[in-house]
Amino acid sequence: MFDTLTLARLPEEDEALRPLVRQLAQDAVAQMPMDARARSWSGFDAAFSRKLGQEGLLGLTLPKEYGGGGRGPFARFVVVEELLNAGAPPAAHWIADRQSAPLILNFGTEEQRQFYLPRICKGEALFCIGMSEPGSGSDLASVRTRAERTESGWRVNGQKIWTTNSLHSDYMIALLRTSGNPQDRHKGLSQLIIDLKVPGITIRPITDLAGDAYFSEVFLEDVDLPPDALIGTEGEGWKQVTAELAFERSGPERIYSSVVLLDGWIAHLRKHGRIDDATRALVGDFTARLATLRAMSIACTARLAAGESPVVEASITKDLGTSFEQELPNAIGDDLASHPGEAIAAELYRALAFVAQIAPSFSLRGGTREILRGIIARGLGLR
Amino acid sequence: MENNELLEHFDRMLRSACTPAAIREVEEGGSFDSMWEPIAQSGFLDALVSENAGGFGLTLAEIQPLLRALGRHAVPLPVGETMVARAMLANAGLDLPPGPITLAVALHGAGMPVPFGKTCAHALVDFGDVCELVSADAAGLVTTGVRGSVDAMLTLTGSGGGRHIERPDNGLLPIAAVLRAISMAGAADHLLEMTTAYANERVQFGKPIGRQQALQQQLAVMAEDVVAMRMAAQLACAGGWPLNLAAVATAKSIASTAAPRIAATAHAVHGAIGISEEFDLQLYTRRLHEWRLAHGAETYWNRILGAARLEADRCSIDWIRDAIFA
Repeated sequence: MFDTLTLARLPEEDEALRPLVRQLAQDAVAQMPMDARARSWSGFDAAFSRKLGQEGLLGLTLPKEYGGGGRGPFARFVVVEELLNAGAPPAAHWIADRQSAPLILNFGTEEQRQFYLPRICKGEALFCIGMSEPGSGSDLASVRTRAERTESGWRVNGQKIWTTNSLHSDYMIALLRTSGNPQDRHKGLSQLIIDLKVPGITIRPITDLAGDAYFSEVFLEDVDLPPDALIGTEGEGWKQVTAELAFERSGPERIYSSVVLLDGWIAHLRKHGRIDDATRALVGDFTARLATLRAMSIACTARLAAGESPVVEASITKDLGTSFEQELPNAIGDDLASHPGEAIAAELYRALAFVAQIAPSFSLRGGTREILRGIIARGLGLR
Repeated sequence: MENNELLEHFDRMLRSACTPAAIREVEEGGSFDSMWEPIAQSGFLDALVSENAGGFGLTLAEIQPLLRALGRHAVPLPVGETMVARAMLANAGLDLPPGPITLAVALHGAGMPVPFGKTCAHALVDFGDVCELVSADAAGLVTTGVRGSVDAMLTLTGSGGGRHIERPDNGLLPIAAVLRAISMAGAADHLLEMTTAYANERVQFGKPIGRQQALQQQLAVMAEDVVAMRMAAQLACAGGWPLNLAAVATAKSIASTAAPRIAATAHAVHGAIGISEEFDLQLYTRRLHEWRLAHGAETYWNRILGAARLEADRCSIDWIRDAIFA
């Protein structure tokens, strides 16, 4: 079953991007300790994102006429893999590059494409996504924040929460109710691009359990937007969001979130010359799973490259990937603390503590484990 | 023939040759001749034999879907093993004997189970310095006594008086392990289909049990394991000959780790009916358990993979790209 998910190779011309990305990523992390690099794709550095944009490494999936690379999902896979490999901070451009730009390309008007896409490709238009609300998490169709038509465009009232990077973003693409009420579920939802600098918007950062403030609450009070804030078709927001989620869920970030910790641990083992059977077996288990997940992630990328929207396949890969990412800190913590003769470097200890504490978010962000498994069950014909 | 046509043809042939009744007959010690005949007649046994030697000259990656079909149909004969043995024998210029040939590794002495030890005419045995084609009678294959099993224990530790061929680097273990990993992916795929279908049919509390979220969540995890198994098996075949040891280790580790989980979920969903002999589930779950152990379980291969990984002063992604995806 799911036979379309089959082994694929990264094309040579996209592999060729690797040395340049690696150089830039290595430069960016040169002064960063392991626990900072372990922030993985949460790490935010707008200057770094602009640098990638200048080097032509953003918007690789977009047509050249909009400033993109004219390549495809495989090219983006290579770039993302290299950034995560190094633990370089990609958060500033992350959402725009991954899903906002494809959304605007697919559903936007020509004016909207011209307006946003070239700046996204330069790393100069930073996006966040406004989906969750205080009363709407996994049950996304219950959103209450409302956009009403006015003479001059739209007026938005409501609240978004857990909005990653909204404090530092230029725009938020929000899923809003434009007609009906929450009982209408998927009907009456639309996506609007909100310029975060317009009046009526208050953003309050939320400090997380690791001391970071990546996400925020966004309050929208009589926020007036122009008519062209609407992206795509009014009332089609749910369909658009679903397509967007295939991009959000299929990438290598769903398997590599803990890879900096994994590498730190393996370096620790090598330093202490630990090659007993149990250690080899544990390292081998992680390596086999990571390799298989990489093959699955590339296979998902191939479906995207073929123009499909691999919603179920992406869910399969993301759920298996995040389970792996979450298991790593538990197993590594047990290993490190069960070999008392081997001093644990402070930055490795901090990286371990960070990943162990933040790991529950891996199977919350981008769709919870339970929601994804429901999608897979639907793919199996069970619902 | 296009790859899909090839697969459809092979699949049809297996479906008619390996009915559940025919499988049980072979498993219970009946003759396998009538099952073997259509398989041998089909010509597929020479899929890997070079075109110069009269075969199809296909790669392992190309026949991987066929090998998976063997697991999907619970074929109780060493068809994949015979394909590999015939290619090796032909390559060495030996005559190709009729009948099924299994692969056995005698490096570590006696007492290791050999898949299809009861349903072969010959065994190609890896003695560590040389490989020898030993007739089944001379191979010292002792039945395990496991109900329904076609595997046997190898007791041979020295020559069985057969023809010798050069031993490939790393011997027969990697290819034997990969063949099992691929068949496991096929068997697992069939189990997922059976279990999903059953969950949609079986009604309890007034609705199909597949409507229960608790079952849906379990079946989703099962699907993830099945896809991972298939993908890892494909990865091991991608590089051709000689097999990439790290990729082989990956495939068998993933397959063996997932096998008990998959069997457990299949049984949990089926309930008591799955425990009965006459229900076909046991044909597949027994194979997953046996093949998990065959030619090294997950820890064996994890150690090999881990040792190679720990030798390298590289980060994981780089190492995996070079060592497994190369």
